[in-house]
Amino acid sequence: MTLIVDDVSVRIGGRDLVRQVSLEVAEGEMLGLAGPNGAGKSTLLRTLYRSRKPTSGRVLLDGEDVWHMPSGWVARRLAAVLQETGGDFELSVYDVVAMGRTPHKRAFDGDNAADKAIIADALERLDVAGLAHAPFDRLSGGEKQRVLIARALAQRPTTMVLDEPTNHLDLRHQLDALNLVRGLGVTAVVALHDLNMAAAFCDRICVMDAGQVVALGTPADVLTPALLAEVYRVDAEVALHPETGVPQVTLRTGGSRVTN
Amino acid sequence: MSELTAGAVLPARRPGLPYPVVIGLLVLLLGGAVTAAIAAGSVALPAGQVWGILLHHLHPALADPTWTAVRETIVMDVRLPRVFLAGLIGAGLSVCGMALQALVRNPLADPMLLGVSSGASVGAVTVVVFGLTLFGAFSLPIAAFLGALAALVAVYFLARSGGRMTTVRLVLAGVAMAEVLSAVASFLVVTSNDPHKTQAAVRWMLGGLAGTTWTMVWIPAAAVLLGTVALLGVSRPLNLLLAGEEAAASLGLDVHRFRAALFVLVAMMIGTIVAVSGSIGFVGLIMPHVVRLLIGADHRRALPATALLGAAFLIVADLVARTLIAPEEIPVGIITALVGGPFFLWLMRRRSQ
Repeated sequence: MTLIVDDVSVRIGGRDLVRQVSLEVAEGEMLGLAGPNGAGKSTLLRTLYRSRKPTSGRVLLDGEDVWHMPSGWVARRLAAVLQETGGDFELSVYDVVAMGRTPHKRAFDGDNAADKAIIADALERLDVAGLAHAPFDRLSGGEKQRVLIARALAQRPTTMVLDEPTNHLDLRHQLDALNLVRGLGVTAVVALHDLNMAAAFCDRICVMDAGQVVALGTPADVLTPALLAEVYRVDAEVALHPETGVPQVTLRTGGSRVTN
Repeated sequence: MSELTAGAVLPARRPGLPYPVVIGLLVLLLGGAVTAAIAAGSVALPAGQVWGILLHHLHPALADPTWTAVRETIVMDVRLPRVFLAGLIGAGLSVCGMALQALVRNPLADPMLLGVSSGASVGAVTVVVFGLTLFGAFSLPIAAFLGALAALVAVYFLARSGGRMTTVRLVLAGVAMAEVLSAVASFLVVTSNDPHKTQAAVRWMLGGLAGTTWTMVWIPAAAVLLGTVALLGVSRPLNLLLAGEEAAASLGLDVHRFRAALFVLVAMMIGTIVAVSGSIGFVGLIMPHVVRLLIGADHRRALPATALLGAAFLIVADLVARTLIAPEEIPVGIITALVGGPFFLWLMRRRSQ
């Protein structure tokens, strides 16, 4: 499903966290969102999954403004994978994944056989079925992250928003998680710190800095030494992978700060 | 994606007893508590006679009257209303405790610890001391509801800063609110200069069920039953609150509206409860915790169980309160505090480790 961000700005406490961002994500496209800390990536994503209302501008999902539609309507189409925030309750992994069915249910509805199959499938695909009855709070960071992706999967969305979905995962599970999202064929917006992962998995990359979009295009177009120097202030070299042709960023460490 | 993560051996099946068994045991426990509480007292009755009288009233064909009229009066007009009210209040406080814990995402929440009960007490005492009768028989519960709502909203927003709520801030805000409101209620009572009203008002300060009659039962009964059914209807959204506000919003919950509705619902239940029984603490803290240990935190399963356990617990606590030093009575709030205080401290220590 197409996702259109139309001139969205977010102003909180006198600070412009997102400034006039416009994006169009095509159906089935995977868009990477990159940029330094504080660039406004998470804030922009919040406007998509109805957590932070834009100060101005619109977010359109299937042509409807998500902020004018019922929250359940949005949650049946768009799922978010967020950073885990700890709780003190002994929810099991199964309970957490089962929450993903909530937008499809009304009051007093139980989980029927179809719901249970969807939950079991999500647990299986994220390799956490063996943890189903373990307390969520006692899992490792990587395991929690996979459980939260499984919850988003159980929502059966057509669009997914992922905020740093791989930052607690080891290399194997990073690849698995991103391959999985790609394999779903959903429209996806993924904030990623790892530019090489972004280059390998995303159709296009959007680079944000100080609340604005500073570059948008294919990985090869966007990931240039000049842009990395300007946005991240690092001295980087970009080479194409000999087999896949995907741009790969390597950093010159040490006295690498670009002064201009 | 096949290899399992290394680590402790993890259960493939939910540990503990199956849910229907837990519910069955809780129903038996509640039945036992009801029987014991109706049987015990200055005139002791055998359990068979208790059920004979109850069944006879349900339908005359179910049991032949082999008992004196006096005994029937003791069961039907003295003990049953009190046991019924104790069960209702225990269930109501427990489900409110569970809802509050989800609301603040902290298992240390309880209607009394958060000052909600004290707010209701101030409302109730105000009506009694100043003789307000604006809403007739509903004046007392309505005033208690408004007091509870004001206290709950105040504590919630005092304990929050920047969208987050730490345990320390929550407990301090709750304790401070409870102290201030208790002081206000005491002040109103002490300065009222009317010994009759003072006596009536003391009931709300200590928490007790002495002198319960059927006429006192109907308003809290309706509020607790409606409130519990409403909470069962929103048990999925309550689960979402445990995941945090952002995640709840992304899963389709209108967090602000839901929170406001919960404030009103909990205040309604606590207000009508406090209007008849006064502040009874720790029930709403202990029961949800025990239930979560037994069957997990999913509210769809935990809410019915906590209602049953809370009802049984307060019936037993009230039984102890009126028989321990008979013919004198101890306010039941003292019994629950003696059990609950140590439990609270244990819980706090366990969590800080």
